[in-house]
Amino acid sequence: MRSAFFQALMELAESDERIYLLVGDLGFGVVEPFLRKFPKRFVNVGVAEQNLTGLAAGIASTGGIVFTYSIANFPVLRCLEHIRNDVCYHRANVKIVSIGGGYSYGALGMTHHSTEDLAILRALPEMTVVAPGDPSEAREATRAVAAHPGPCYLRLGRAGEPTVHSSPIDFQIGKAIQVRDGEALTLISTGALLQTAVSVADRLAGSGWSTRVLSMHTLKPLDVEAVSSAARETRAVVTLEEHSIIGGLGGAVAECLAEQDHVKVPFRRLGIPPSFCTQFGSQDYLRAQSGLSPDRIVASLEPFLRAM
Amino acid sequence: MTERLENKRKPLSPSAAFAKRIRRRALQMVYTAKSSHLGSIFSTVDLLAVLYGQILRHDPSRPDWPERDRFILSKGHACAGLYAALSERGFFPESWLEEFYVNGGHLAGHATHVGLPGVEVSTGSLGHGLALGAGMALVAKRENRGFRVFVMLSDGECDEGSTWEAALFAPFHQLDNLTAIIDYNKIQSFGTVKEVLDLEPFGAKWRAFGWSVREIDGHNFSEIEETLESVPSQPGRPTCIIAHTIKGKGVSFMENKVLWHYRTPDPEEFRLALAELEEG
Repeated sequence: MRSAFFQALMELAESDERIYLLVGDLGFGVVEPFLRKFPKRFVNVGVAEQNLTGLAAGIASTGGIVFTYSIANFPVLRCLEHIRNDVCYHRANVKIVSIGGGYSYGALGMTHHSTEDLAILRALPEMTVVAPGDPSEAREATRAVAAHPGPCYLRLGRAGEPTVHSSPIDFQIGKAIQVRDGEALTLISTGALLQTAVSVADRLAGSGWSTRVLSMHTLKPLDVEAVSSAARETRAVVTLEEHSIIGGLGGAVAECLAEQDHVKVPFRRLGIPPSFCTQFGSQDYLRAQSGLSPDRIVASLEPFLRAM
Repeated sequence: MTERLENKRKPLSPSAAFAKRIRRRALQMVYTAKSSHLGSIFSTVDLLAVLYGQILRHDPSRPDWPERDRFILSKGHACAGLYAALSERGFFPESWLEEFYVNGGHLAGHATHVGLPGVEVSTGSLGHGLALGAGMALVAKRENRGFRVFVMLSDGECDEGSTWEAALFAPFHQLDNLTAIIDYNKIQSFGTVKEVLDLEPFGAKWRAFGWSVREIDGHNFSEIEETLESVPSQPGRPTCIIAHTIKGKGVSFMENKVLWHYRTPDPEEFRLALAELEEG
């Protein structure tokens, strides 16, 4: 996703002089092409995320489209009030980009686990929240947030995620992409677990549960239509995210389902338990520990589906 | 006797007269709204009067003019003075000043840009203004645009780490189109700066960060004018003007009292304060 983002950003900066990139002293080995090509529109502000965000809002106030870039929680939680006051309240054209959503930096420890960002930023007025599911979505999402006026959060995975979409996609902010269709249940995924969602769907289909898979790359505004269609047209709805089960995709979909007047559908949230991870290990290891590996997901869904 | 009469007749300088009107207005606004922060407002007024009277290049009929100088009141709680100055300059009707703290009115209790021409950015949480201003100044430098940025900070907000993040940034990027004006009235919310969290040696800190530092009497109009007219005081460096001010300046019983960070004048205090401001 990281290279897809930078490739798209370079193309955008080429054609649009308003594009600025501000980094918080991170991105070694990947931001240099931008710096070399657009030195006047690049700043490494140093390890200072509050300043990073305030500067971005100041630049945006003069007409710039400003991408702030750092990893995990640093461009989000460290400077949250600057995002709320300086960016959101002013509808500043600032695009906050975080590399390392969820357990991407698993082995680096708790400080580098970005597991509440979606919930927190989703609560901020004016903020659009996007978490693409694969490199092709990341590329399109980068273009989409640049074109979308106002504050956006782009939560990316890391490098090397598999491409899930085999054909070109129609990426629109606020519109889920259906990756598989099915009747037994709908698996709604956000962010880098999309490949996992597809694997799970394939395995469930093998056991007789045909599964619709939605890539809910935009958490806010949520594609309410896609959620309510899923509730009407399939027999269960399950959300999947590499994020706390509180307030992220699961929370957003639960809010939506609870307000459906004439539809009652069995619903489960799969995500990270709302406690600090006490295990140390890689992204795959921590995903499995949190119940987010394909095996663990299938094992937890089978009894739920059998009981329906 | 003759001498005294002559003194009285001596007209105030335009800045002093402007400052007098701002103080009177702000006092009325705070009294009517039953709000607070008079001490913090009054310490900024003489600086504001010079800025809005003769320094800032702007056009009230085109508040969004892209090449305007930017002023950010980072200490957003002192907004009554800013609102009064903006109104007098013609950014919005004077009648809006009566809508301070009024339900459904135009003026919020901290500097707010929404629906209010002339307020560049909304402030109120301390430690935000300098980074915003540095971002604007960076654009002017990088894009060869001529506008300048002035940010007024309180001394209390120099406790905020974010202020020092921006303080480190601006000289490194040679933002000599950026001026920080610190309203150093030496009283913060809980007591004197010295008691709460001492900033001294204050000028030396800014100098060490790379700023061109000027220390002035923040109530001496000719000193304020001379200093603001000559920024940047060193090419290639942002200017930090440490304005030594008096909290509550202009009303004897409010001066240097932490109480007047909070207190709303009662009718008698209002009458006395207004009388002192008329005299002054």
